[in-house]
This record gives sequence, structure tokens and C-alpha cells, in this order.
Amino acid sequence: MRKRIRKITEHLMQGLFTLSGGVTSLAIILIIIFLFKEGLGLFRSSEVEKAYVLAVNVSNPVGALDSRQIKEIFDYTYTNWSELGGADAEIIPFRFEDIFSIYDESELGNDYELLPEKLGEVIASEPNILAFLPELYVPKDNADLRILPLRNISPRSFFGGIEWMPTATPAAQFGVLPLIMGTLWVSFFAILIALPLGLGVAIYLSELADERMRKLLKPAIELLAGIPSVVYGFFGLVVLVPLIQRALNLPVGETALAGSLILAIMALPTIITIAEDAMRATPKAMREASLALGATHWQTIYKVIVPYASSGIMAAVVLGVGRAIGETMAVLMVTGNAAVMPRSMFESVRTIPATIAAELGEAPSGGTHYQSLFLLGCILFLITLVVSISAEVISKQPVNKGL
Amino acid sequence: MKKMILALVFLAGVFGGLQAQKIKGSDTMLPLSQKVAEMFMKARPSESVTVTGGGSGVGIAALIEGTTDLAQSSRKIKFDERQKLQQGGKTVKEVTAAFDALAVIVHPSNKVSGLTREQLEAIFTGKITNWKDVGGENLKIIPYARETSSGTYEFFRESVLRNRNYMNGIMSMPATGAIIQSISQTRGGIGYVGLAYLNKDVKALGVSYKSCAGHVQPSAASAKDGTYPIVRPLLYYYITQAESRSKAFVDFVLSTEGQKIVGEIGFIPVK
Repeated sequence: MRKRIRKITEHLMQGLFTLSGGVTSLAIILIIIFLFKEGLGLFRSSEVEKAYVLAVNVSNPVGALDSRQIKEIFDYTYTNWSELGGADAEIIPFRFEDIFSIYDESELGNDYELLPEKLGEVIASEPNILAFLPELYVPKDNADLRILPLRNISPRSFFGGIEWMPTATPAAQFGVLPLIMGTLWVSFFAILIALPLGLGVAIYLSELADERMRKLLKPAIELLAGIPSVVYGFFGLVVLVPLIQRALNLPVGETALAGSLILAIMALPTIITIAEDAMRATPKAMREASLALGATHWQTIYKVIVPYASSGIMAAVVLGVGRAIGETMAVLMVTGNAAVMPRSMFESVRTIPATIAAELGEAPSGGTHYQSLFLLGCILFLITLVVSISAEVISKQPVNKGL
Repeated sequence: MKKMILALVFLAGVFGGLQAQKIKGSDTMLPLSQKVAEMFMKARPSESVTVTGGGSGVGIAALIEGTTDLAQSSRKIKFDERQKLQQGGKTVKEVTAAFDALAVIVHPSNKVSGLTREQLEAIFTGKITNWKDVGGENLKIIPYARETSSGTYEFFRESVLRNRNYMNGIMSMPATGAIIQSISQTRGGIGYVGLAYLNKDVKALGVSYKSCAGHVQPSAASAKDGTYPIVRPLLYYYITQAESRSKAFVDFVLSTEGQKIVGEIGFIPVK
């Protein structure tokens, strides 16, 4: 009887564990599907704000405009139609709201029923106009007006564009290249700083430090990993940023360098802990053999222990990179978040996680801005996927046989 | 029988909870609404008010859907939002509870004391990049903006930049405190914050919208008499048909007591 009960409980437990594993995997898969479903919707959206159209006077020969051109027109960078293949005449950008400065609200009828008519009059009277109107109020059957054909946002302009202005009207700019480059740039230099430092500490901890020192240092370093990232960010903004600015005499302190330094500090515990574990796993026989052959302590470290632990060290580096790429809060606070292509360490950059964190809260759900942020999430996911797969591959590699 | 009474009392309690007035919207106005709601409930213990933030757009969307009684907004209701309300056969009443002035701030060592709107527009759209072009020393201008999610970002773009877009790659900070911190340590920096946040770490610039007139320093007085130009109204919206539900609270905000709170929080009273 007791045996039977035990058997049943065992079965039950087994089922429970399988279920929890299954639910977790399912949740992860669903999240990924959701991410990509939301993100890829972007390429089915028009370049101009939803439910709005661009209209010109019928006499205007200009064909389709791309989103960049539209934005530049409304920012008065393009001022003449001849720059866009039209006649030699000044462009007159017209936003829908401008109608209220021409006509009084009372002239437009109670339910704005006269609005389309008035808009039609404005467009008819101005041959060089480029009007940005809600679809709802486009004048019907107006022979003086031509609606410009609109294109969908193309993957090329998304992945190849260098302007990130997701709330620009009438045509938002979704160029993610500066964000991707910014993320990689900051993470790359973070690892460049953290690697020698982390490796040094790991060697010290595993080979040189005495037991008392080790017992003191190891928990202290692990504690570093437990500090919330916003605290690192705050420290960076108040201490590191002014320090960098004064020390290097820069116009701004919020730079990629500040981001890299903070990320390096944050990646250190990961790198140190894993690298140290790998080094300590070197068999005692190997060290003793090396020392017995007359090698000094130092020679043993860099000729035997480091090569033996190399796959572990690589895994540490890759996991450190993963930590750096996904880090949000600290970077948001210290890098200045200017969406420009990174050219040097001493300029501000904007990373993908910082962009998502800063913008998702207020992006209208389902709109192009919202979708573009999800697509950024997909990109981030793919980058970290590559990183973790390489970590997996590297750490599984057999120990160097050429020792 | 006892259980029945208990259940009734419980139901009444739940119902009473549902009767609570809901206020939702702008984060800028959150401290104001919370403080006023506190005083309001103290003055009338029978009333209950809940206040939540989320942003002006969120508040107005909730008003349209009927999930809030009052929407607090740091911008005027947009044309298409009003349209949506009208489609549902509702009209909305607007009440200006206070004003908020945006101060343009620079590093304390900056010699420039005032700028015109055109100059500000040129600086934030990237056309002017050196302080010497606006009467200062030979130093690069570093403009700081808020993140795109902020109502302040939108208001500054509408009012000062006349709807043009900020320059590509402008520094954008996640919070007002971060802007003040950055500008206090950046010699060429320029940014904008709500009047209530001004402190001695940064210098506020005088602003004029007409190039002929003199620059006006931001202050509660100059914002109130209309000489300081970058001022936005802080508004409450409610559905006209359901006026009775929100009238008492709105009246309380506009009362002497309510307007005193407005001043204490750092906004400019309407009266």
C-alpha cells in the first residue's frame, strides 16, 4: 500500500515537473512569436501617419515622395519643388491644423461638415501646396486636388536608415542603424575594458590570493552583480559623467565612453566569477607536473592554467557581452541617448534597450512607433541569441589537447 | 440573516468603491491632482477620489472610453480626440486648473541672458551650433531634449519649434532631473524644464517671441500676466453630460484653497 502511494506521488511529481517545463518553454515561444508578429507589422504600415494622406494641387507634376523627403519638406530643408523633380516654385507645406488659422471654427459648420470643402478651396487656390490631411476630411470629387501615392515602410529604410525620429510628423523616420551600431559600439568597448581587468582579478583570485583574501573578495565581487542597474546609472550620471568631462575636457560628459565604463563595471562580476571557476577547475596534477618540470609559478599560470581554462574564459567573455548588450537603465542614464552613428568614444550614442525603455510607455499601441519598437526588440533578441549560442558552443569545446 | 446583512454591507462597500471619482492622465499634473484630492476628501469625507497618471493621451483616451470621470491633461485635447467623442454623441468640457511655464536653462557660467524664439528654434533644429552666433563665447551648443514620450517634449516642439522636428541626434534625457543634472555640468548645454524645477545649479534664460521686444525672465508673475511666452495650460476634461459627477472636484480646484495648492506645488494659479 505504501509502495503504491509512493509510486503515485512520484508519478505526480514527474508530471508536475514536465508540466512546468512545458509551460515555461511554451511561454518563451509565445513571447517570441508575439514579438515578431507585432514587429513585422511595421512593414505593412504606410510611411505617413495612419489615416492621413498627402495631397497636392492637380497642376503639380511631382510623383511619389519618400518619407525622408516628406519630413524634410515639413522641416523646410527642401523649399523648392525643383529639388524634387517638380516645377521651379517654392513649396508650401500645409498642416491640417493650419486651416483653423485661416477659417474660424464657426465657419466650418457644427460637425465640421464644411471642412472638406474649405480644405479643397485652400488646395485649389495654392498650386505649390503640399497638404497633410486626415483621410476623413479629404474633399471628395475635387478636380483640383491629387492625392500622392504612399508607400509602405520598407525593410531597406528601416535597417539602412540613419535617422531615428519615431514621432516626427507627418512622416516618422525609422532608421535603426545608429541604434544597432550604438549598442554594439558601447558593448564592444565595455568588453575591451572589462576583459583584461576581469581576467587579472580572476587569475589573482584563483592562483595568487590566500584563502582569507579570497573569502573576502569573492563575495564582495558577487555583491557587485546584485546592485540594481539604476543605481549604477545614477552613480554614472553624477560621478562618472562629470569626471570624464573634466578629465578629457569634452563639451559633453554623456558619451559612449561613460556607457562603456559603467557596462564594464557591470560585466565584471560575470567575467570574474566564471573565469575564476574555470581556472580553479584545472587539475592539480597539471599544475604539479608543470612546477615539477621547473616552470615558475608565473609560467605555470600563463602556459598551463590559462590555456586549460580558455574555453571557460571565452564563455565568461561572451556572457559578459550578453549582459552588456541587454543592459538598459544604466545606459539610458549616462550615454546621452543621441541617435547618431557612433564615430568616436567621446560622443553620445543611443542603444536599443534604452530606446525601447524610454519610448514604449507612450507609443500608441498598435501604431508604427509601437511596431518599430517591437522590431527593435526582435533585433536585440537575435543579437543575444547569437551571443548565447556562441557561448554554448565555446564552453562545450574540448580542452586544448596541445598542452 | 446576519450573513445577509454582512453581504449587503460588503456589496454597499464595493458599490461605494465604484462610486469613487476617477482622475487619470498627465504625469505633470499628478502631484497637483493628488494633493487636491487629498484635501478634497478631507473636506468631504463622504467623497472618494482616485488619481492615476499615465500621460495626457492615456487620460483622454480613458475619458473617451468612459473609464475615467476626469482627464488631466497638459495639452489641449486634439482634434481627432474631440472627433471621437463627438461620434459617441458626447461633448467635453475643458477647465483650466493652472498654468505651467517652461524655462529654458543653460549652464550658470553662460554669458547669454536671453534668446528669441527664432534663435531657440534654430538651436534645437541644429541650424545654430555655436554660442558665439547668439552673443555668447566661442563654445559648442549642446541642446538637451526630453524623451519623445514626454508631453513637455511635444509642447516645446509645438510652441517653440513651431512643429518642426528637433535636430537629428539630439541628446534626450529620460527625466527633468537628469536634464538639470546634465546642464549643471555641461558648459555649452541648453535645455528646458518646468518652472517648478528651477534651481541654482542652472541659469534660466529670458525668452521673447517677438524679436523687437525685450527678453522676459520666467517667473510665476511673468507667466501669469502673459509676458513670458512659453506657458501651457494644465487642464481637466470631463464629459458635459456627466457634469454632476466631477463638478464638485473641479470647483474645489478652482476655489481659493485649491489654487493655494497649485501655487505650493510650483504651478501658476489661474486666479
